[in-house]
Amino acid sequence: MIELSGVTKVFNPGRPDEVPAVAAGDLRVGAGEFVSLIGPSGCGKSTLLRLIADLLPPTAGTVTVAGKPAAQARKERRYGMVFQKAGLFDWRTVRRNVELPLELRGTGRSERRARAQEMLELVGLSDFAGHYPAQLSGGMQQRVSIARALADAPPLLLMDEPFGALDEMTRERLQGELLRICAATGTTVVFVTHSIDEAVFLSGRVVVMSARPGRVTEVVEIPLGERNEAVRQAPEFFEAVTEVRRALRAPKSEEAPEAAESPKNTSVPAQLEAS
Amino acid sequence: MNVRAVLAPVAVGVGALVLWEAFVRLGEVAPYVLPAPSAIFTELVENFGTITETGLASGTNTLVGLVVGTVCALLAALAATRFTGLGEVSMPLVAALNALPIIALAPILNNMFESTSSIPRRTVVALAVFFPVFLNTLRGLREVDPTHTELMDSYAAGPWAFNRHVRLPGALPFFFTGLRQASSLAVIAAVVSEYFGGLQDGLGSRITSAAANTAYPRAWAFVAGACVLGLLFYAAALAIERLATPWKRSAA
Repeated sequence: MIELSGVTKVFNPGRPDEVPAVAAGDLRVGAGEFVSLIGPSGCGKSTLLRLIADLLPPTAGTVTVAGKPAAQARKERRYGMVFQKAGLFDWRTVRRNVELPLELRGTGRSERRARAQEMLELVGLSDFAGHYPAQLSGGMQQRVSIARALADAPPLLLMDEPFGALDEMTRERLQGELLRICAATGTTVVFVTHSIDEAVFLSGRVVVMSARPGRVTEVVEIPLGERNEAVRQAPEFFEAVTEVRRALRAPKSEEAPEAAESPKNTSVPAQLEAS
Repeated sequence: MNVRAVLAPVAVGVGALVLWEAFVRLGEVAPYVLPAPSAIFTELVENFGTITETGLASGTNTLVGLVVGTVCALLAALAATRFTGLGEVSMPLVAALNALPIIALAPILNNMFESTSSIPRRTVVALAVFFPVFLNTLRGLREVDPTHTELMDSYAAGPWAFNRHVRLPGALPFFFTGLRQASSLAVIAAVVSEYFGGLQDGLGSRITSAAANTAYPRAWAFVAGACVLGLLFYAAALAIERLATPWKRSAA
């Protein structure tokens, strides 16, 4: 579903305030997979997600989404995106917010309405179709934004810390709902988070990143099988959490052992050459 | 709660009128200093026909100026948003012009046109309206939630779709804030611009002539008429705002 090869991203290249944001190198995500990107803040995990979404152009390397260059995949709307802020339009009712991607595609009114209703049932908000976003709680707003991202039936869902601003209980409930929705729709998900528990509970694989430049240090397989609330208490769950925590604390990969200590600017050319 | 919200200001208003009346009568205040509310009310009833007639003339001037000023301000704000360079240049210029008392232009404008022309007063109103509408709308058009920008980018939405779905509806509340400010300013401008000559068929001219003839309660009666006119315009702006932005009304 997603293929990154030799991808790097440098902000303000060639200027004194140059920032090497991502030197991710290669990464593959298969269809139907649920992959989390985890790492300390500033490690470029959100930047990496935006490279996949073609919201940022890579400095070097290629990004392929659903067998097409990322730019084309974006134009063909092959993915839906969910942000940390729900980003709903205050002036549209819940239903009309969910209809937005269909409206932009030029779908007819009755079909739009039916599809929005279906999506709202999926996220359990069909009773709130006529409400305005300001009347909903933060968790409900985020569910609406998931419904909006799925309205177009994209094969891929890109999520940037979608539950980051929610309280723990709402967060756990939405995690369960998200897994159910993805299983029902067969959607591939790339999920950015800084919560180890969240990454382990949701994902088949957890991609662990380190900062400056953001690079993939390790990919941890999570052998937990079918997820349900009981999994949160299972010994295997805690083992996987420990494994991811170890990977996060591990020293940087062998190729550039001093990357963490070396000043930003000097580590950039090395990265560019490496890719 | 709702009843209280209505009753409380009414009670305070009536109380203030009673105090005013008592103050004038017991204190034997000369009418040229402050006439009693009862005297003003009598004049109000006697001159009701003239007040409505001149109020209508001032109201027409206000409405025409308000519409022209608002349309110009909207077009200018859209242009300043579309061409960022123009926006950068116009912002400080407009802020400087905004500090100018527009009403000061009334005598100059009066001399530019014939004495039977309504254009000078309406121009003053349009100018007074322009600035608050322009500045507020421009701010609204520029203030776009970064998440919305990224979202529309992820849909590969073109600039037209972006403006229609994000920028314009997002700027509506800002525009209406400007319009509400402008609606009060417009009435003031329409009434006061008559103090400086020009066609004398509005409320402003009656206030100056009554005051010049030492008919102070009558002058106050026309001032009360101007008050009502101002309230009417403000209420109308508020009503349009509530109709056009239903999501603001229902916010929890």
